[in-house]
Amino acid sequence: MIYLQLFLSFLQIGAFSFGGGYAAMPLIQEQVVTLHGWLTADTFADLVTIAEMTPGPIAINAATFVGTQVAGVPGAVVATIACVLPSCLFVTLLAMVYTRYRDLALLQQTLASLRPAVVAMIAKAGMAILISAFFADQTFRLAKDNVSFRMICYFAAALFLLRKKKANPILVMVLCGICEMLFTAAVSL
Amino acid sequence: MEQVSKAQILRKLFFSTLYLSAFTFGGGYVIVTLLKNRFVDQYHWIDEEEMLDLVAIAQSSPGAIAVNGAIVVGYKLAGLPGVLLSVLGAVLPPMIILSLISVCYDAFASNPLVGALLGGMRAGVGAVIVSVVYDMGKKIVLEKDWIHIAIMIASFCLCYFCNVNVVFILLAVAAFGVLRAVLEQKKGGRS
Repeated sequence: MIYLQLFLSFLQIGAFSFGGGYAAMPLIQEQVVTLHGWLTADTFADLVTIAEMTPGPIAINAATFVGTQVAGVPGAVVATIACVLPSCLFVTLLAMVYTRYRDLALLQQTLASLRPAVVAMIAKAGMAILISAFFADQTFRLAKDNVSFRMICYFAAALFLLRKKKANPILVMVLCGICEMLFTAAVSL
Repeated sequence: MEQVSKAQILRKLFFSTLYLSAFTFGGGYVIVTLLKNRFVDQYHWIDEEEMLDLVAIAQSSPGAIAVNGAIVVGYKLAGLPGVLLSVLGAVLPPMIILSLISVCYDAFASNPLVGALLGGMRAGVGAVIVSVVYDMGKKIVLEKDWIHIAIMIASFCLCYFCNVNVVFILLAVAAFGVLRAVLEQKKGGRS
């Protein structure tokens, strides 16, 4: 039963993530955190971090991670197969059509309309990650003991390095992590 | 294409996608470029122009671009067996890496120092995503296509404030997009 659920969830993630890269993130969040509760918001944020740090597409990373967490290695295999299945069918079909007609205009125009929606959804998933980073109880509640000002500082510094210094994203993330680790180590001494 | 046996093509396909998937950081667009380097410039198995169209197919289809890129190249070079082997090559490295991480995750994340590392990195990944969204959003606003800007705002409100399932929003926008594209093609055809 759990395998079927994993399969159906990741089938949807594979079938509806248009635009590559971060486009899969909001779908993964919807299925894995909101609908099925397989991961908490915090673990999801960690998963995005790990996916960013390792090679490979985020959807495949998520399929393996969630599959393993929920149902071991067979779960990972089922979720990954489900995740690439729509691609295999759709792309192969399109490649066949293309070799016959050599025209992708309709598809590309449709995709142009989808892109703004995809940006909006990535923004939504990004908000969830920020909320998970900034607020102790993972909800948008502005109380002094709930807001982590240190995290907001890391965020601001990271944004500055990315935008103004064009720093490597992986490097920026590691830097934020190391700062927090040193802070924790210093406090516990 | 030079004389190469089918088995040789399949083997090279598998190991190329395996290698690229294991060592490429930075997402699908980077992998697609590297696929082009290998199969167009190095092996001369696909010509440049056709590769551009194959890349367009990979980018217009649902799913991870790295996987889609592997599929189009695999299909072009060796049909369905090519698709299966190149997908396997593209998927195995992240599967193995994430399985190992997933097994260690519970033990690691409960360690206070590793927990702090991940917690700090969360702020960093948040900044990376904000930066990506800013670039993507800016591009759409600068295009000055008011329908696209309206789609962006409406989609955000629907999924953020009304908690509408993102799949429904995508389906609705896709239907609207097809309609608009068909209407525009008709208009273009008449004038």
